[in-house]
Amino acid sequence: MAKQKGKPPMLGPYRVLDLTDDRGSFCGKILAELGADVIKVEKPGGDPSRNVGPFYKDIPDPEKSLSWFAFNLNKRGITLNLETRDGQEIFKKLAQKADFVLETFKPGYLDRLGLGYKDLSKVNPRIILTSITPFGQTGPYSLFNSPDLVTMSMAGYTFICGDSDRPPVRFSSDQSYMQSSLQATVGTLIAHYYRQQTGEGQHVDVSMQESMVWTLCYAPHDWFLLKQIIHTREGSYWKRLGVTYRLIWPCKDGYVCYRLLMAQPGAEVMNDLIASMNKEGLGEKMKDISWTTLSFTEVPQEQINEWEAEIGKYFLRHTKRELHEEAVRQKNVLQPVNNAKDLYESPQLASRDFWVQVKHPELRTSITYPGPYFRSTETAWQMGKRAPLIGEHNDDIYIKELGFSKNELAILKKENVI
Amino acid sequence: MTKKYALQGLKVVDFSWVFTGPIVTKYLGDHGAEVIKIESATRPDGTRLMTPFKPGAMGLNASGVFANYNSSKYSININLREPRGKEVVKKLVQRADIVLETFGPGVMSKLQLDYDVLKQVKSDIIMLSMTMVGQTGPHSQQPSFGQVLQATNGFVQLLGWPDRSPSLPVAAYTDYIAPWYVLIALMSALDFRHRTGKGQYIDLAMLEASVHLAAPVVMDYVANSNIQDRMGNRNPGYAPHGVYPCKGKQRWIAIAVATDDEWQSLCKVMGGPEWTKSPKFDTLLHRTKHQDEMDKLIGKWTGNQTAEELMAKLQAVGVAAGVLQTGEDLVDKDPQIKHRGHFFEIEHAEMGKHLTELPPFKLSRTPAHPQRPFPSFGEHTEYVCKEILHMGDAEFAELIGAGVLA
Repeated sequence: MAKQKGKPPMLGPYRVLDLTDDRGSFCGKILAELGADVIKVEKPGGDPSRNVGPFYKDIPDPEKSLSWFAFNLNKRGITLNLETRDGQEIFKKLAQKADFVLETFKPGYLDRLGLGYKDLSKVNPRIILTSITPFGQTGPYSLFNSPDLVTMSMAGYTFICGDSDRPPVRFSSDQSYMQSSLQATVGTLIAHYYRQQTGEGQHVDVSMQESMVWTLCYAPHDWFLLKQIIHTREGSYWKRLGVTYRLIWPCKDGYVCYRLLMAQPGAEVMNDLIASMNKEGLGEKMKDISWTTLSFTEVPQEQINEWEAEIGKYFLRHTKRELHEEAVRQKNVLQPVNNAKDLYESPQLASRDFWVQVKHPELRTSITYPGPYFRSTETAWQMGKRAPLIGEHNDDIYIKELGFSKNELAILKKENVI
Repeated sequence: MTKKYALQGLKVVDFSWVFTGPIVTKYLGDHGAEVIKIESATRPDGTRLMTPFKPGAMGLNASGVFANYNSSKYSININLREPRGKEVVKKLVQRADIVLETFGPGVMSKLQLDYDVLKQVKSDIIMLSMTMVGQTGPHSQQPSFGQVLQATNGFVQLLGWPDRSPSLPVAAYTDYIAPWYVLIALMSALDFRHRTGKGQYIDLAMLEASVHLAAPVVMDYVANSNIQDRMGNRNPGYAPHGVYPCKGKQRWIAIAVATDDEWQSLCKVMGGPEWTKSPKFDTLLHRTKHQDEMDKLIGKWTGNQTAEELMAKLQAVGVAAGVLQTGEDLVDKDPQIKHRGHFFEIEHAEMGKHLTELPPFKLSRTPAHPQRPFPSFGEHTEYVCKEILHMGDAEFAELIGAGVLA
């Protein structure tokens, strides 16, 4: 695949006004890395989610949040107080020339400020307003207080995660914010396609709960079709159709993810794994089994347990990297349970020049970020410019673009508008 | 100019299978695009064989998961090894905007249906290949599937208890990241074509896309040498932050308290028991330090109440609390999910009633709506050939007879 350099981004001509906090800033970041001019609009003093860690060198500081950096990459930044009349007027002026507005306020908040969809579409009928909230704009739970743990739980995700002898758990990472930001981007771009055809904007109303429901796969259908709750908390195992098999296995330096392969094309590679085990005196009884013709539902559970115990012994003698390299050679499906360090050192990601260096002159350093997730013959993912400092582009927007004088800007500052 | 559906008129040729690709094309189809799902007798979409099945139903047209992910599509059964099968595909591509495929790297080239070939057929075609780790690189030829790939990108490491082995997300988590990125790339490529007249080929890697969802975790390592690990239900900045037992079997409530004000509200709902007045719990800092003790005390209080009544009482005073809902809660009870119309009940001629999900976003002018239930295997071979490609009866009969179509 050809190099990225010199190719245009896909969404170059568009402007996005990004009013989101940490629950939605990922959405604007995705549009920004596709080339859109995303302007983060923060409260005077900065978006409170600048205080979400981790921080650069572990120093809590609104200009050092790595989360904020990650999800505001490539954006520009201004400060604006939407709760003042001047602020509202300025925002409407910006909306006249914008293509998208993204927001994560409580339902009704922007309407009360005179900046809801109805108001914005009056000044710009083409505008697309995307609202990301825990449960959507309307409905009995729409005003609930719902950080990630609560949203994950209401979506049915937490119930199925964890060990059976302890309470359910969530990911140690705010995945409902990520999922709903992605879905919001999809909805926004589908609305954009329609606008390209018809000239009409619209309001995109995203539910974080429903975004997580989308990741459940089985649970709604197990209930609707079978009236069963099949998955509870199976820890490292997978249980279905009355069969239990191991997915997460301890190895010498951590864990690997692997599943016995039976009854499916590709299962013949089990024999290569067993040959490796045989060399170390393990898996003698597993020789000469025709793995492709076995059926999960016909092999007794005790037999599966016995095979798994033997394979488990082999894994304990080797590191996750050794086991993965062997699996790559044998075309087996085993994967390492990677932590951040393993991921950063992944030869696969290195071979595709995935990691990018982003300059942070104020910190006198460069920081490594995740890079392009696609390669294209015509277009490129945008290389990173670091997230904006608080109010960094106020002059660009207010003076150069909107034509305010320095004196007027000073008044707006004094009045806590910017 | 107004249309009922956002993507009306868009045409998609869909070689994808299993979860990720079909979810993408369901989204397109439910927004009005014409999606033609290419299957073959030797290779039906594997999800057709995935549980749960409609009780009593058998065969390829009874899987609840398949039914969910394949609404609004046509299924055509073509033998791609036959040159004349390839010709049918090319005729479909000639009138299409998008080609999507999720085979391993190299499969489309072997079928002589790769981008270089298809762009000769339709010069501005947008073709996207989604694979586990990309078309290139030392691991690109390793077979894989979401259930194990989710370990590679770091998500398994972050789920579970710090003193135990990690927990497995029941449904492969990466399978529910890639579809949204594929949709984003496709919709953006359509805009690019609209403005420049140019199609493109896109190589999209599930692994690379999914790393973005844990970007701060990687950056914390690169910048600070911190290796983040699973923390059970702990979350810096919140205390309490946990899941507590409620009345009934496997009933739980999640409670997350960010501020001291919220803590005071929680204490009031608890009836202000003596222990809450201890200085051990008066500030976020102190509560964070004594979380284990606090969790036990809160768990005693929640244990004899229902999760639903607790949620109502706590949310009424602004405390973040939510029931750990099950499939039953979501499908039969949750009034919010009902209000949003998340699950759409639809009838299939063979399978009967089943659920198909709608996107979690509502477009105010052009909301998504399933155009029809999932296609039975090869259901639309004749329709696609005759009505869409205007193939003559004799030619169609001959291709059926020769085993090119089924």
